[in-house]
Amino acid sequence: MNDNTRNTIGIVNYGAGNIFSLTAALDRQSIGYGMVNTEADLAKYSHIIIPGVGHAGAAMQKLQQTGLVAAIKALTKPVLGICVGMQLLTAHSEEGNADLLNIAPIRTKLFDKSLGIKIPHMGWNHVSFANNLLFKHVNADAQFYFVHSYFIEYNPIFDIASVTYGNKFSAAIQKDNFYGVQFHPEKSGEAGEQLLKNFSML
Amino acid sequence: MLSKRIIPCLDVKDGRTVKGVNFVDLRDAGDPVELAAQYAQQGADELVFLDITATHERRKTMIEMVKAVARQLNIPFTIGGGITEIADAEALLNAGADKISINSAAVRNPKLIEELAKAFGVQFVVVAVDTKDVDGRNMVHLNGGRLITELETETWIKQAEELGAGEILLTSMDHDGTKAGFDCDLLKKINDNINIPIIASGGAGSMAHFTEVFQKANVDAALAASVFHYGEILIPDLKQELSRNNIPVRL
Repeated sequence: MNDNTRNTIGIVNYGAGNIFSLTAALDRQSIGYGMVNTEADLAKYSHIIIPGVGHAGAAMQKLQQTGLVAAIKALTKPVLGICVGMQLLTAHSEEGNADLLNIAPIRTKLFDKSLGIKIPHMGWNHVSFANNLLFKHVNADAQFYFVHSYFIEYNPIFDIASVTYGNKFSAAIQKDNFYGVQFHPEKSGEAGEQLLKNFSML
Repeated sequence: MLSKRIIPCLDVKDGRTVKGVNFVDLRDAGDPVELAAQYAQQGADELVFLDITATHERRKTMIEMVKAVARQLNIPFTIGGGITEIADAEALLNAGADKISINSAAVRNPKLIEELAKAFGVQFVVVAVDTKDVDGRNMVHLNGGRLITELETETWIKQAEELGAGEILLTSMDHDGTKAGFDCDLLKKINDNINIPIIASGGAGSMAHFTEVFQKANVDAALAASVFHYGEILIPDLKQELSRNNIPVRL
């Protein structure tokens, strides 16, 4: 961890999920990182990642308990939400009927099993991505590892990568400096590592 | 389209993989980290590590090994063996495991499935089921098939799903080790009856067996050990073969 050099990533440490795999992936890419526990910590890093696994409503509660919500919403540096961390960027989740950060005014919904799909959506899937720096040098037929039961509704204003499972939804979104990916780049082989590298260079 | 997954399974004892492995260019065939990295590079979609000493000797899985694997591996992996309580699972999650697999402990205490799903999400909880045909009925067995239970396999899997299992790993003890193919009939019957992913295990002997299990049973993933460890089937070849048969895979 080297807090003072440029382009280091602050990981919001709010107690939701498996940070070990993320830090291991950053280590493999030689990307510096540290933990964000207080508002002052946010200023130490050039980039911020909001990780997250599990229940969106519970994750939002934990994030609120850190007292960081207003400061995160005010950030102008690049922010990446991963999985539930991405869902937190939306307005609302059907999981726990929870109001979220509302950085992007879109909704997180439960997969509809009447579409004949299994839930969770688990495994490797293709994504159709737009010309976006986050996906620079990512092969067009690359696949990413997904594991989730709730999805972010497709909205062309914020969508930068989409995927179809039962219905079409957003695999990645962007609103200004805020990015979110539903899949796990830290578990998505070389394509995921490229994406993390791209984020660190935004 | 969601890809069908190919999952090598590594048996681990005291933090070392057991069973012979004859990969070339492997400095230490017993090192789970090196093996895992090799499989990931070959295109494995996921890995399963089973602590084979765990169940009957009551050993906890090896946290240090899990950390070492997580540091190295850029694909998801599951740890099974010896997980009997929330604290075991939490330690594995914090060490970097993506999923845990529970078998005997879930049968003895079905509420464990519910508790794990509530604490960590259903995506973290794989319920492994060993099944054997007994007088025409598929019965759940424990301790690697040594101990029969009173549970019928289909009923138990349905119950596990309702309790919060995120995935089922179904091993046919009748087919395991035979290299005569997966138990497609049973897998199809179970798969048609549940709404969570299912991993087929037991019986893989050739690439055609993988094609068959995906075509006939439409399972989400197929797991094997020896055919991969001994190099009888190479994962890149298998993926190409599946792709030629129009089965969606990650190439």
